[in-house]
Amino acid sequence: MVSGLTVSERRLALVIAGLIAVCGLAMAIVGRNDLIGAHGFIVLAFSLGVIALVATRYLDPEPPEDRLSQYYDDPTKAGIVLAMIWAVIGMFFGVWVAALLAWPDLTFDAAWASFGRLRPVHTSGVIFGFGGNALIATSLHVLQRTSRARLPDQFSPWFVLIGYNLFCVLAASGYFMGVTQSKEYAEPEWYADLWLVIVWVVYFLIYIRTLQRRKEPHIYVANWYYMAFILVVAILHIVNNLAVPVSLGHAKSYSLFSGVQDAMTQWWYGHNAVAFFLTAGFLGMMYYYLPKRAGRPIFSYRLSIISFWGITFMYMWAGSHHLHYTALPQWVQTLGMTFSIVLLVPSWASAGNALATLNGAWHKVRDDATLRFMMVAAVFYGLSTFEGSFMAIRAVNSLSHYTDWTIGHVHAGALGWVAMITFGSLYALVPWMWKQERIYSPALVEVHFWLALIGTIIYVFAMWNSGIIQGLMWRTYNDSGTLAYSFIDSLVAMRPYYIARTVGGLFFFAGAVVASYNIWMTIRMSRRAEAAGRDTVDVPASAALVPGE
Amino acid sequence: MPNFHRKLERSAIGFVLAIVGVSAIGGFVEIAPLFTIHETVEQAPDMRVYTPLEVAGRNIYIREGCYACHSQMIRTLRDEVERYGPFSLAVESQYDHPMLWGSKRTGPDLARVGGKYSDAWQVAHLINPRDVVPQSVMPRYAWLKRNGLKTDDLGLHLAAQRRVGVPYTDDMIANAGADAYGQANPDSPYASGVTARYGEATNVRAFDGSAGRLTEMDALVAYLQVLGRLTDAAQKTAAAQE
Repeated sequence: MVSGLTVSERRLALVIAGLIAVCGLAMAIVGRNDLIGAHGFIVLAFSLGVIALVATRYLDPEPPEDRLSQYYDDPTKAGIVLAMIWAVIGMFFGVWVAALLAWPDLTFDAAWASFGRLRPVHTSGVIFGFGGNALIATSLHVLQRTSRARLPDQFSPWFVLIGYNLFCVLAASGYFMGVTQSKEYAEPEWYADLWLVIVWVVYFLIYIRTLQRRKEPHIYVANWYYMAFILVVAILHIVNNLAVPVSLGHAKSYSLFSGVQDAMTQWWYGHNAVAFFLTAGFLGMMYYYLPKRAGRPIFSYRLSIISFWGITFMYMWAGSHHLHYTALPQWVQTLGMTFSIVLLVPSWASAGNALATLNGAWHKVRDDATLRFMMVAAVFYGLSTFEGSFMAIRAVNSLSHYTDWTIGHVHAGALGWVAMITFGSLYALVPWMWKQERIYSPALVEVHFWLALIGTIIYVFAMWNSGIIQGLMWRTYNDSGTLAYSFIDSLVAMRPYYIARTVGGLFFFAGAVVASYNIWMTIRMSRRAEAAGRDTVDVPASAALVPGE
Repeated sequence: MPNFHRKLERSAIGFVLAIVGVSAIGGFVEIAPLFTIHETVEQAPDMRVYTPLEVAGRNIYIREGCYACHSQMIRTLRDEVERYGPFSLAVESQYDHPMLWGSKRTGPDLARVGGKYSDAWQVAHLINPRDVVPQSVMPRYAWLKRNGLKTDDLGLHLAAQRRVGVPYTDDMIANAGADAYGQANPDSPYASGVTARYGEATNVRAFDGSAGRLTEMDALVAYLQVLGRLTDAAQKTAAAQE
């Protein structure tokens, strides 16, 4: 992959990686009495690894000129592999923390291995590691195809992908050591947050520069969503992470906001991380790979417009439904509830648009597990957005909040929608990227599909049951007018569901392992074909490009 | 509309500006007024700041991810008030950078756990929760008692908090390390400074059961024992309603 870079790009890579290595060394020295020092060493080791990778190939010949008439897909390929690695890591920790709630001593007598530190490794691992890498990989692919333009340069996509994974490594290693801001889904500390801002700006610049070079007059709907994902996540990330570090040599920082303002900012962030990271970005995926795989155009252009602007406008109001009946002023709660309910309209417009696109291709859905992944994802998207609007109603929320129902809802979205659309898209994308006629084993895709679906259903049903039982037990009164159950009674009642949830998670995790194997074997197929000098399947995409553009 | 949109989607910059504009409205309308409307946070003249030892304990609570399973926000619902105590007021977390309201109760709410159990119970429970509550699924935190507490930089922590608006005095910042030690060592000469700076009601005890060496257990228990006790505004509000 390094030999695909021009010599000047290799030089730039060495300089930037060198600068980051210096930053890592500085962190290690200034923070030698603190955990930030350990992170300094991780940054240093990471950038030295990159330097070594580039340096060993530095003297390779320049890549051929005709590369400029082809799309640049190396970062996408690397992103797919990284996404699958993070999927296995993140889901493994998910199964582990799930098991800990049924068997609390299934761990070591060590700080790093306790539930509170492992849980963010799971959440960040799947959301940012798996989801984020899949978004970066697919967005760079979709962006070039729908714009009929090559990425503007070869260095910046690598900077984004590798820099983003450095952020993920800092996040996960930080949790093990106890470095966290405690803001849910925004746990990494100030220096990792600053680094992500730099990476994100470059990501945005790639997007806008490629769009400026596009040969299609219109920007395709998938790119609207990817752009909303990039822009709004930047806004959310910067505002929610405003903090004052204890010193430059301390990992710890104190949030700029406190109490009720902090709570509102956090859930404005938290809910819209769901909206713009876990929804908008993946809708971008859906709007490209689903019609491609089905061989059908998007059902309705108008519905696309309505749902895009509806989601972009209304989601940002909905965060306060996480704070019903709290010390947040009631007018904000009511606004949040109202917008959450109306939000069902654009959400179902998207889900309906996707399903209607499959009209005329249902026989393909029956036969092709890859397309079926995407179909089921659209169904779960519709179900979980309905559930979300329902749970945002104050009266419903009084029962569901603080219970496992929320966890069930999140996983209906995360497993059923986000992961399923990702797996579907990756199964479609992998043979294109590695120039194969098909994935290594369609039978294993079928196996993965059923593992994922069964796992999701077990998980979600377990959490619906436990959540509603929990909520009801907490508010049940006996005849003498006192609370009927102690807290521990409700916890004991959860045990069978916690075991069931672990089993469901195990199914889903097994599916991800099968997927990784299948994708890896496809890559090997491609390598073997190249080694044997056989022609790989040519994907007619480059015709649209003109050298030098 | 389709015609207007066809034009819009031909301009990358226009589209970017439209996304930023449309998405910014909601947050602006809901968040900005929370800083300016005075009724958002109640007045509580008796509200005190966390002592350095409690700050250290709070940071351990954050570090160990306790907030993932324990909320600190009692909602205005009858069963919650009867189970946990008066509902939480905004003022009670006005010095919480960040807030720890939480979103999940795998374990019970802790907003008013301060003083509910003895120090000895808290220590035993943290070392192995199942020694005290056999059905509990909480992790063990035995290492907290083994780990010494780092106090040399507590002054920097208080100073950073002052920068974000917590009213720590120069005196408090200068004596942060000594106050942390004094609060867990009632017989030491440093103990009197703690009550002088943070009030007579401040808990000054050997929280982890042994005086002398300051441990992370001291800090965490000190923090747990002050939860819900920084002000009695919530109790007053509850009494006024009855």
